[in-house]
Amino acid sequence: MQDLVNIFVKSIFVDNMVFAYFLGMCSFLAVSKTVKTSVGLGAAVIFVLVITVPVDYLMNKYILEPGALVWLGKEYASIDLSFLSFIMFIAIIASMVQLVEMVVEKFSPSLYASLGIFLPLIAVNCAILGGSLFMQQRNYANVAEATVFGLGSGVGWFMAIVAIAAIREKIRYSNVPAPLRGLGITFIITGIMAIAFMTFMGIKL
Amino acid sequence: MAAKQDREPMFSPKNLRLITNPINVDNPITKQVLGICSALAVTVKLEPAIVMALSVTVVVAVGNFIISAMRNTIPSRIRIIVQLVVIAALVILVDQVLKAYAYNVSKQLSVFVGLIITNCIIMGRFEAFAMANKPWPSFLDGIGNGIGYGVILVIVAFFRELFGSGALFGHQIIPDSFYNMGYVNNGLVILPPMALFAVATIIWVQRSRNKELIED
Repeated sequence: MQDLVNIFVKSIFVDNMVFAYFLGMCSFLAVSKTVKTSVGLGAAVIFVLVITVPVDYLMNKYILEPGALVWLGKEYASIDLSFLSFIMFIAIIASMVQLVEMVVEKFSPSLYASLGIFLPLIAVNCAILGGSLFMQQRNYANVAEATVFGLGSGVGWFMAIVAIAAIREKIRYSNVPAPLRGLGITFIITGIMAIAFMTFMGIKL
Repeated sequence: MAAKQDREPMFSPKNLRLITNPINVDNPITKQVLGICSALAVTVKLEPAIVMALSVTVVVAVGNFIISAMRNTIPSRIRIIVQLVVIAALVILVDQVLKAYAYNVSKQLSVFVGLIITNCIIMGRFEAFAMANKPWPSFLDGIGNGIGYGVILVIVAFFRELFGSGALFGHQIIPDSFYNMGYVNNGLVILPPMALFAVATIIWVQRSRNKELIED
């Protein structure tokens, strides 16, 4: 249990997707113009990460890893399919996003209307694929740990995009040098926030 | 192409502009806001930055070509999955080649080779250009955007490696006498946030020189 809490806190603050690894930067910069839309996108990212990371974990453990196919029989123990992991992960992510879109459309049209345009965008959000690749690299012990990691990463991303959107809403009233307006100043704010987040780095959990 | 005299030449001015535009005014990173993630993460040193830029150029150029050749047969509802499969296949090739011939760099790049798949430049160019244009212009467009992306990467990596480690390509540039006089490498430049400031500075310079890029 304590391990799970550790992974959760670590993936939100210490290994924050945006500020420590710069993943999901494109949508982070493009969609963070207002708080409302960024809450929608952030929620969708959490949702998709919580589903795809455990699914990719199982995929990795029972199909892709060296020796993962041993459950088929002893003669399959030497097969190593790990070079296929990119294509498998991205296929799972793309199909999950499509599935999530259909389910949401069917059961909650109001949520679908508010998320609508963001859902397909998520398939190409690098935070999602990055979550799966980090999960593969860090060798989590079981599905629960992988799920918690997915949840934590999603929450971290959510927090980051809502924070930057709030700052951008305010900075619109400031007198920023003309060439820096918009994209430039957003980069600088993100940099300063990333430095602030680096204070979490020394924390051992 | 002798038999097709009436068609436009392979390097007509229009086609050349497809290469030069993204390097300058229509840069994928500073103007189109695509492919930021990897641009920031791999620029601590020059070598991985160049390898990354080359890999992305190859993937986006070849991918653009393939997608453009298939553009009339892809059903639009599932086009994202088709595009992702094409990219993923190309990225696997690049990854295997890197592992075979440049193992150290491939270790440094870690997950970021895989993340070329979700590099928005590639998807962005597929959607914006390859789906609507012939294979050859698409190929050139891919090369142009790859180079435009690479230029930013190399500029950022140059300054970060020079000031952060006092070296270029791993060879020491700042002479020992400087260090004896009390010069210290700037540790802040190695840290990831510095890449953001570097890109912001590039945007600042570019937009000051080219006023029509300014947002309001």
